[in-house]
Amino acid sequence: MSPLVDIHHLSVHFPVKSGLLQRPTGVVKALDNVSLKIEKGSTLGLVGESGSGKTTLGRVIVRLVDPTAGSVSYQGERISALSGSSLRPYRKKIQMVFQDPYNSLNPRLRIGTILAEPLEIHFPRMSASDRSDRVSELLRLVGLDPTHARRFPHEFSGGQRQRIGIARALAVEPEFIICDEPVSALDVSVQAQIVNLLMDLQEKFNLTYLFIAHDLAVVEHVSDQIAVLEHGKLVEEGSSEQITTQPTHPYTQRLLASIPSID
Amino acid sequence: MKVRLLLLTLGLIVAASLVGPVVSPHTVSEVSTARLAPPSLHHLLGTDLHGRDLLTRLLYGGRISLLVGFVGASVSLFVGVTYGLIAGYWGGRADEAMMRLVDILYALPRIVLVIVLITLFDLKLKTLLDGTFLSSLAPHARLLLLFVGLGLVEWLTLARIVRTQVLSIKERPFVLSARLMGQSTPTILFRQILPQVFPIVLTYLTLALPAVILEESFLSFLGLGVQAPLASWGTLLADGAALLNPIETPWWCTLFPALLLTSTLLILNFLGDQLRQPQK
Repeated sequence: MSPLVDIHHLSVHFPVKSGLLQRPTGVVKALDNVSLKIEKGSTLGLVGESGSGKTTLGRVIVRLVDPTAGSVSYQGERISALSGSSLRPYRKKIQMVFQDPYNSLNPRLRIGTILAEPLEIHFPRMSASDRSDRVSELLRLVGLDPTHARRFPHEFSGGQRQRIGIARALAVEPEFIICDEPVSALDVSVQAQIVNLLMDLQEKFNLTYLFIAHDLAVVEHVSDQIAVLEHGKLVEEGSSEQITTQPTHPYTQRLLASIPSID
Repeated sequence: MKVRLLLLTLGLIVAASLVGPVVSPHTVSEVSTARLAPPSLHHLLGTDLHGRDLLTRLLYGGRISLLVGFVGASVSLFVGVTYGLIAGYWGGRADEAMMRLVDILYALPRIVLVIVLITLFDLKLKTLLDGTFLSSLAPHARLLLLFVGLGLVEWLTLARIVRTQVLSIKERPFVLSARLMGQSTPTILFRQILPQVFPIVLTYLTLALPAVILEESFLSFLGLGVQAPLASWGTLLADGAALLNPIETPWWCTLFPALLLTSTLLILNFLGDQLRQPQK
C-alpha cells in the first residue's frame, strides 16, 4: 500500500540578500534533499533543534512555502504542484495545529465564529443551526463547554486555547494533521493533557499526524516513527523505539542526552 | 472620565456649528451699520468690519472647517489603509515599488502640492462640472479640490503604519490558519487583518483630523482655500489678523476664531493621546 504522505527529495532554499541593492549573496538550505513517508493512521515524530527545518517541512506540505526542488504527494497526488482551486480539496484533508496558542486565534472573533469559519468554507450548504450544533460538538470533543462559543480568546488559558486550535483543525474532518510544536508553549502538566487529547482523537477518527517538536521525550510518547533533522538534512529515521534506545547518529545521541532527567 | 469631558466639549462644538447658524437671530452675510462693534448682548462676540455677527460666522465657519477636516481625514484614511494593506499583504516587489512611491511623495513639500493642485485644476473642474448635472457643485469646485487634495497628502504616514502592522500580522498563526483552511484573500484581509489594525487607525484619525483642519485654515489664511462668501475658521482668522493695527484693535475678531480653532485641535489631540494609552 502506498503511504498517505510521500515526501520525495524535498529541498527548500531561501536566498540571502545583502547590501544596498539587495543582491542575493547566498542561500540558506532550510531543507536539503529530504525524503520521508507517512503511513495512514500513524504518527511521524519530527525532531531537531531550532532552525533545523522542522517547521519549514510542515509548511511545505500545507503549501504555505513552495519547494525549491522535490515534491510532496498525498494519496499519490503531487500536491506540491497544485495551485488555486485544485488545491482546495486538500485544504479540507490536511490541517495544522500551531505552536503559539496566544496568536493562533483571532483576538477579535468569538470562539463560535472562529470554529464556524472552516465550516462556512468547506460545508457551504450547512444551515446556521447545524453549524452551531457542530461548533458545540467540536468544543465537547476537545473537552470544553459548548457555552464557551460566546467567549473571546483572551478569556481562555493557554491550554484551553490550544484545545480550541485543535477543534478548529478538526472542524473540516481532516485525515492528516500537522502538529507544529503543539505543546512547547504550555506548562508541563498541561502538555500531558494536550498530548493525551491528540492521541485520543487520533484513535477516534483514525487521524494521521506529523508531530513536530524539539523535545524528544514528548515525541517518543506519541510517535510510531521518528525522523531527526539537522540543518535541513535528514540524519536519522526509524521506529520510535529504535531511535530512542539505539540512536546511531551522533546528533541524535546528543539530542537524547540533552533530555533532562531527575537522578 | 477625562475622555467623556473631551467628547462632550467636542460634541458641543460640532452641535453648535450645525445648529447655531440656523437658530441665530443674525444671518451669515447680513451686513449692518454696527461695524466692528465689541462683544455685547446683541452681538455676543462682537461684529466684523462689515458689521456681520462674529458668533454666527464662527459657527458657520465651523461647519466648513469640520467638514473639510472630516472628509479630508476620511479620504486619507481610506487611501492609506487600502494602500498599506495591499503593500503589506502582497509584499515582495509590489511592496517595494509601492513604498518607494510613498518615499518620493514624502520628500515633496505637501502643502505646496495642494496649492499647485488647487491652482491648476480649480478652473478646469469648475467648467467641467458646469456642463454636467453636477452644475450646482461648480461654485464649490475649490472646496472639492481641498477635500481631495488634503486627503491625498495626509495618507502617507498611515500607509506606512498599516503596512508595517500587516507585515507582522500576516505571519501570525491565525492568519496562516485562515489561509490553509482556504479562506479567500479579501476575506482574510477584512476579517483577520483589518480588525487588528483598527485601534491604530482610530488613533491616527484623531491626529489626521486636526492636521487637516489646520492645513485648511493655513491655506484659507493665505487666501488659497475656502473663498467668500463661504467662511472657515482659517478665513475668519485671516480677516481678524488683517484688522490688527496699533491705533484701534478689534481684538475679538482675532481672539475668538483663534480660541475656537486651537481648542478644537487640542481636544482632538488629547483624545488621540487617550486612545494611544493601553486600555485597562
